[in-house]
Amino acid sequence: MHVDEATVRRIARLARIKISDAEAKSLEAELSNILDWVAQLDEVDTSAVEPMTRVVAQAMKMRDDVVADGEIADLVTANAPSSEDNFFVVPKVVE
Amino acid sequence: MTDLTKFSLAEARDGLAKKSFSARELTDAFITAIEASNGALNAYVLPTPEHARAQAAESDKRIAAGTARALEGLPLGNKDLFATKGIRTTACSKILDDFKPPYESTVGQNLWDAGAVMLGKLNNDEFAMGSSNETSAFGNVVSPWRRLGRDGKRSTDKLVPGGSSGGSSAAVSANLCLAATATDTGGSIRQPAALTGTVGIKPTYGRCSRWGIVAFASSLDQAGPITKTVRDAAIMLKAMASHDPKDTTSVDAPVPDYEAALGKGVKGLRVGIPKEYRVDGMSAEIQKLWDDGIAWLKAAGATIHDISLPHTKYALPAYYIVAPAEASSNLARYDGMRYGMRVTGSNLTDTYELTRAAGFGREVRRRILIGTYVLSAGYYDAYYLKAQKVRTLIKRDFDEAWNFVDVVLTPTTPSPAFAFGEKSGDPLAMYLEDIFTVTVNMAGLPGMSVPAGLSSQGTPLGLQLIGKPFDETTLFQTAQVIEDAAGRFPVPDRWWMKG
Repeated sequence: MHVDEATVRRIARLARIKISDAEAKSLEAELSNILDWVAQLDEVDTSAVEPMTRVVAQAMKMRDDVVADGEIADLVTANAPSSEDNFFVVPKVVE
Repeated sequence: MTDLTKFSLAEARDGLAKKSFSARELTDAFITAIEASNGALNAYVLPTPEHARAQAAESDKRIAAGTARALEGLPLGNKDLFATKGIRTTACSKILDDFKPPYESTVGQNLWDAGAVMLGKLNNDEFAMGSSNETSAFGNVVSPWRRLGRDGKRSTDKLVPGGSSGGSSAAVSANLCLAATATDTGGSIRQPAALTGTVGIKPTYGRCSRWGIVAFASSLDQAGPITKTVRDAAIMLKAMASHDPKDTTSVDAPVPDYEAALGKGVKGLRVGIPKEYRVDGMSAEIQKLWDDGIAWLKAAGATIHDISLPHTKYALPAYYIVAPAEASSNLARYDGMRYGMRVTGSNLTDTYELTRAAGFGREVRRRILIGTYVLSAGYYDAYYLKAQKVRTLIKRDFDEAWNFVDVVLTPTTPSPAFAFGEKSGDPLAMYLEDIFTVTVNMAGLPGMSVPAGLSSQGTPLGLQLIGKPFDETTLFQTAQVIEDAAGRFPVPDRWWMKG
């Protein structure tokens, strides 16, 4: 599977990671190599196989829909790069 | 005076119970050793001596009052992937910056509730992505082991301690803690244990809570210990494991007393030898190690059976779809808004992109991009769904094998410890480090590495035991037999303490 430079740039944009021109070039080769290598899975017939969702069969756990935690806005915002009065301060989102 | 850092966890526990030394004395011995060693080995990214001394003082009170708990006063290292309340937790990534969690991981809390003392946070590959501890934002961890040259002297070339739990494996083998926490997504407990002559167990998926552990690939991640002995691993896992309502995948099942199973031996145990693990180019010394393991178990009364796990070769490529896909999703949270670092750009998208480009290292960026690609529109079925179907087949191979055997024996790694830079230039060569360990994560099974011999270069090699789901007990029983036959492998020369 060859990944071209335009695809690398599209993926980097989806992943929200800025890449330089030099990085785009080297990633083109690196990602292509890795995808070529994983392509060996095509040898495996999985037409009648269910995808794995759990290692051990287990019933989904349920709990009452009640507030179990809260009133800790100061702790929630304590690590923010920028905050004011228990609010996160973020760059302008709407013009 | 006795060097208290040389004790195993069990020996130190007995010494504290007999009041041969205090928890404070034991803790101080480790704090001194860390101060003298960390410049050379870089195993700790954040030593926490004051925190440790306060915990040790509390332990001494409890011991004096006769109310000691299971791990009372025993100093441990804690991988930096585990959130520690009020203490910097970074997953060894720049993107988390100076993050101080307002909560403790469940596994960590279990250990402190049992009386253990935390000496500090241990180095690891960034977000646990790596097999050599070369991707940490805090720099490489150096293995305390060195190669034996032809002249019979130890070379001064620096070797990797394995990864991603390289700080854990280096600290335990260098006597910088009695035991350490670690995590394993594709081999990150077992491979570093094998490369440093230490014991490591990745329990069954669901045995330990993942709550408060920085997420890498959520369907594969499990916590477990790295220790000096099989007994120590049994003691540690018993304390770490629990059912946790905060992790819906943690299993509500009793945790057995693993230590009690250690003397039971392997008489009548059926041991499987999978032919697919005899990979092309396997070195003669790895083959011999495996043969030695077979001979030891046979001599102890086990029966040996050839088995086939036909989908083994597909485990690694499937892993390199599933793990990056889940990582790209998990790591989307690092956006520079709520915690961690922020690099301000010309608009919001620019800020996200600059922050993530500056905060993530090269290997992490590469995996996020692979994961984003395989999950992107039009590719999900071809990659992620396909890989999850292959996982079903890998698990089915083992389910079939359990009809004939009770435990599976393989080498842990295809080769002994390598030097820095030997594999870091080629992602695929590095990924092959996990060829024997990754199937276990894909099938969710328990796997354990036990030191079993030395390579021709005088560096450690490990054997891996794979068990049925939630049958860690059989792994401990079997591992004890291997340890009894092979002996232990302490680092021969504490070169880093000199000068």
